[in-house]
Amino acid sequence: MSFQPEHELHKRRFGRNLGLGLVLAAFVAIVFGMTMVKLTRGGLGPKPATQEAGQ
Amino acid sequence: MTDTSINAQSQTGEAQFGDYFALLKPRVMTLVVFTALVGLLAAPVPVHPFIGACAILFIAVGGGASGALNMWYDSDIDAVMRRTQKRPIPAGKVTRDEAFAIGITLSVFACVFLGLATNWFAGGLLAFTIFFYVVIYTMWLKRWTPQNIVIGGAAGAFPPMIGWAAATGGVSVESVLMFCLTFMWTPPHFWALALFMRNDYDNAQVPMLTVTHGRRATRVHILVYTILLAILAVGTAFTAVGGPVYLAVAVVLNALFVKGAIQIVRRNEDMSEADNFAAERKFFKLSLLFLFAHFGAILVEALLRQFGMGGW
Repeated sequence: MSFQPEHELHKRRFGRNLGLGLVLAAFVAIVFGMTMVKLTRGGLGPKPATQEAGQ
Repeated sequence: MTDTSINAQSQTGEAQFGDYFALLKPRVMTLVVFTALVGLLAAPVPVHPFIGACAILFIAVGGGASGALNMWYDSDIDAVMRRTQKRPIPAGKVTRDEAFAIGITLSVFACVFLGLATNWFAGGLLAFTIFFYVVIYTMWLKRWTPQNIVIGGAAGAFPPMIGWAAATGGVSVESVLMFCLTFMWTPPHFWALALFMRNDYDNAQVPMLTVTHGRRATRVHILVYTILLAILAVGTAFTAVGGPVYLAVAVVLNALFVKGAIQIVRRNEDMSEADNFAAERKFFKLSLLFLFAHFGAILVEALLRQFGMGGW
């Protein structure tokens, strides 16, 4: 089985694609983390300030 | 941007990731991140650490997005000024359209996600800050009035208020004081820069005070604003966000800052050119320390308060 040789474009854009990939991975991690925090705190809406202050 | 990316750029003629990141003005972002963090931690309402970290990230992204939109609109000025000639658009690495697309996309993303993570008041305040910086300052004030930096300075002063709003969901006297601190600090900081960057603003035809009212008037303005700032900064020590640590920092730094401003007002252009604007450069560097130290002291007071110390 032979692989096609890497195109020059891929080499040229490697840094850019890697950076974008990391940003997208971080975005997924943030959305997942935020969802988990919101769910474990018992609700997706923000808590009123007074309620949180009393905690 | 690293040397590696510069080399890659020159070899390939294609923008690298670092060039797009440079659109977000990373150095300005450090100020935004730090002051927003202080606003968030000084607030009397505890925030979940992960949500707090996300809020700071979104505020930083929003600040960076406004920087990209500023570079998109001001690319003609940036190409003329020595200080900004190496920015991605005038350097030919990123196109204006790319900068605009990145700026708009990140602005919407940052505001929506800050709203989702914390509350919609904080998201709205971030949106207003981006609007203020891009439309009010960049598009309107900057090319029109010598008061550009005075009024436009509000944009850089909002982050601690947004951090505070992310925690509390509103505005209070303490967050307004933190806003005022950065707001009053901005004019002397930028006017000192305008003094030693000399012809940059003249060449770009930006109506900075040095261009419209002359360098003598700018020196006087620096002193007046520095005295007003000192009154505000020391007075803040006796409010809810202040305390003994903050007072000590404020007294020392404001004494040095006023001394620096007096030195600047006593000098004329011949004296400044003789030592390559040493006093003006020193004042500018001190202004950076000034802001970080004041917000650092507010943060220390907030942390001490958690252990039953700090404050009065």
